[in-house]
Amino acid sequence: MYRYDKYDQAIVDARVEEFRDQARRRLAGQLTDDQFKPLRLKNGLYLQLHAYMLRVAIPYGTLDSRQMRMLGHIARKYDRGYGHFTTRQNLQYNWIKLEEAGDILADLASVEMHAIQTSGESIRNLSSDQYAGAAADEVCDPRPWAELIRQATTFHPEFSYLPRKFKIAVTAADEDRAAIRLHDIGLKLVKNDAGKLGFEVYIGGGMGRTPFVAPLIRPFLPADDLFSYIEAALRVWNRNGRRDNIHKQRIKILVHELGQEEFTRQVEAEWQHILANGSNVPREEFDRIAAFFEPPPFETGLTDEIDRTDPDFALWVDQNVKAHKAPGYAIVNISLKPVGGIPGDATAGQIELIADLGEKYSFDELRVTHAQNIVLPHVRKADLYTLWQILDENGLATANLDLISDIIACPGLDYCSLANARSIPVAQKIATRFADLGRQRELGELKLKISGCINACGHHHAGHIGILGVDKKGTENYQLLLGGSGAEDASLGKITGPGFSEDGVVDAVERVTDKYLAVREEGERFLDTYRRVGFEPFKEAIYG
Amino acid sequence: MKILTGNDLPTGDVIWWTGSGWSRHVEDAVDVGDKGEAILHAEDGACRVNGGTIIDATETPKGPRPAHIKDRIRALGPTVRPDLTLKPSDPNAGNWVI
Ligand code: HEM
Ligand code: SF4
Repeated sequence: MYRYDKYDQAIVDARVEEFRDQARRRLAGQLTDDQFKPLRLKNGLYLQLHAYMLRVAIPYGTLDSRQMRMLGHIARKYDRGYGHFTTRQNLQYNWIKLEEAGDILADLASVEMHAIQTSGESIRNLSSDQYAGAAADEVCDPRPWAELIRQATTFHPEFSYLPRKFKIAVTAADEDRAAIRLHDIGLKLVKNDAGKLGFEVYIGGGMGRTPFVAPLIRPFLPADDLFSYIEAALRVWNRNGRRDNIHKQRIKILVHELGQEEFTRQVEAEWQHILANGSNVPREEFDRIAAFFEPPPFETGLTDEIDRTDPDFALWVDQNVKAHKAPGYAIVNISLKPVGGIPGDATAGQIELIADLGEKYSFDELRVTHAQNIVLPHVRKADLYTLWQILDENGLATANLDLISDIIACPGLDYCSLANARSIPVAQKIATRFADLGRQRELGELKLKISGCINACGHHHAGHIGILGVDKKGTENYQLLLGGSGAEDASLGKITGPGFSEDGVVDAVERVTDKYLAVREEGERFLDTYRRVGFEPFKEAIYG
Repeated sequence: MKILTGNDLPTGDVIWWTGSGWSRHVEDAVDVGDKGEAILHAEDGACRVNGGTIIDATETPKGPRPAHIKDRIRALGPTVRPDLTLKPSDPNAGNWVI
């Protein structure tokens, strides 16, 4: 993993001191709220429903056990004993005091972490495949490129006052585990016929009020040209982006309004212009960064056998453990979705325990996923059973990865000041209704995603089943969407019809799954069936 | 009735105007009639409250009840974590919100 050099550390430390002074002045009454707000937002500090909320960046979802342990320490010392892992591979603390925010940032800086660019009109935390560097199906580790973009764009003056926030995701496998086509820029590493490494570049995706699946803007961009091409795309947007209308500021609107062809033409023209000045990051710099992502010293000659005599363990292996590129190793998913729990929440103790497990069993590496789970990327198959027993004792062995109870849910009206309806209780009720794991496995892969308002932090547009909370004359109401996907087969869900009450939407989900079981064909996932039979049979099942 | 709310500047806690200062408990909130703006203006100067606003509420025997569910959740705490609310030992506290 990337390690700060003395410049990185000095910048982050200086930023902590700057913020301490800003917070001190606000507390002393020398700054008004209007003056202070942009300063705190530049450091990821929001004011939410009950308290200040701090959003900590976990670049491309990768961290080590020392960092994870610090996240647990902060949860215990400064928050109310827990942290919340989010869909953007960040961690949020919901109960922060302004008086202590500077100390928290200093603690984060001591382990090479910060909250810079987790808010505001900036290039946000880069996201990536949580299996990067471990996945059996990737062409190479995408993280050096993510880190390169992070370094090249952080504090870059041209990207400091963008029309709106900007999100970039980088992956390197055919299976898209980072929802790249729902980002402002989605990058997929591929090899061309000549064996040369490059990117498929998707631009203009996103959810929120106006959702779009990003079109493919460039089928093959040589990897060495990554920075200049991104710069060209951002520059075209910076120049033409609609700063006059808050609902039209995102690059997806520009791509849509100009049309894919014209947008691409402008980016290519700008790119040629930039290339003439040679602004790509030098190869040596990339090599320096890439050296931090060398694979860990995998042992050789390990067994691929897994003793499956314990049936609960076998179930967990089938559901939560994925193929690794090195023989004898596996990727372990730790579900933060126990039945009835709050998706993405982990206690300080759990966070620290997971840190210890990462240190002991996964070469000190951990990952956070956009589905609000945690990954130990490099576990010896021989250690799986011991690991599972420890997880099980601590409520962390729920074997529901990608099943209906592995729900993504935003904080909704329980924590978020923009919300129209609560998300978490709906997630809890659905998970409880479908608590039986046999029933869940019978349903197979089924991604259910809930947002408490149109901002779509809970990715409801991309759920096989999506739920959107709306305000109906002052009461909570829930719309049901079907057929979305955030994966390589990305699509946007379609609203089924009039919304439901909280309990009503749980029943409606059950009618959808019943219909699916009645009409599915051998080997189909819910999404496959939906795409084959279409919307109407489901609509009929829901509304009768 | 109209009541005033906001977040305490140093801690971020939800607070309610009591007529002479701020309380964590909505039960202590007082009807400010048409004086809300003036109070908030003065309070802004004192830098004790963040995002002060005037909201609608109804008077009940147990004190003011905010008109909007969002403010009732603010008054109690998250409905999904009774242990983190202002009334952790009252199992029925959540019913007041919804
Ligand atoms: C509680 C404080 C939060 C606030 C105030 C907030 C605010 C917003 C807003 C205003 C947007 C829409 C902006 C836009 O795309 O134009 C947005 C989008 C988004 N938020 Fe949040 N959010 C919050 C929490 C979260 C959490 C906890 C997550 C993860 C679980 C999250 C993930 C996202 C994602 C993924 C999007 C993008 C949807 C897209 O692609 O357009 N947010 N958020
Ligand atoms: S989707 Fe809406 S309710 Fe949910 S976290 Fe985002 S802004 Fe808040």
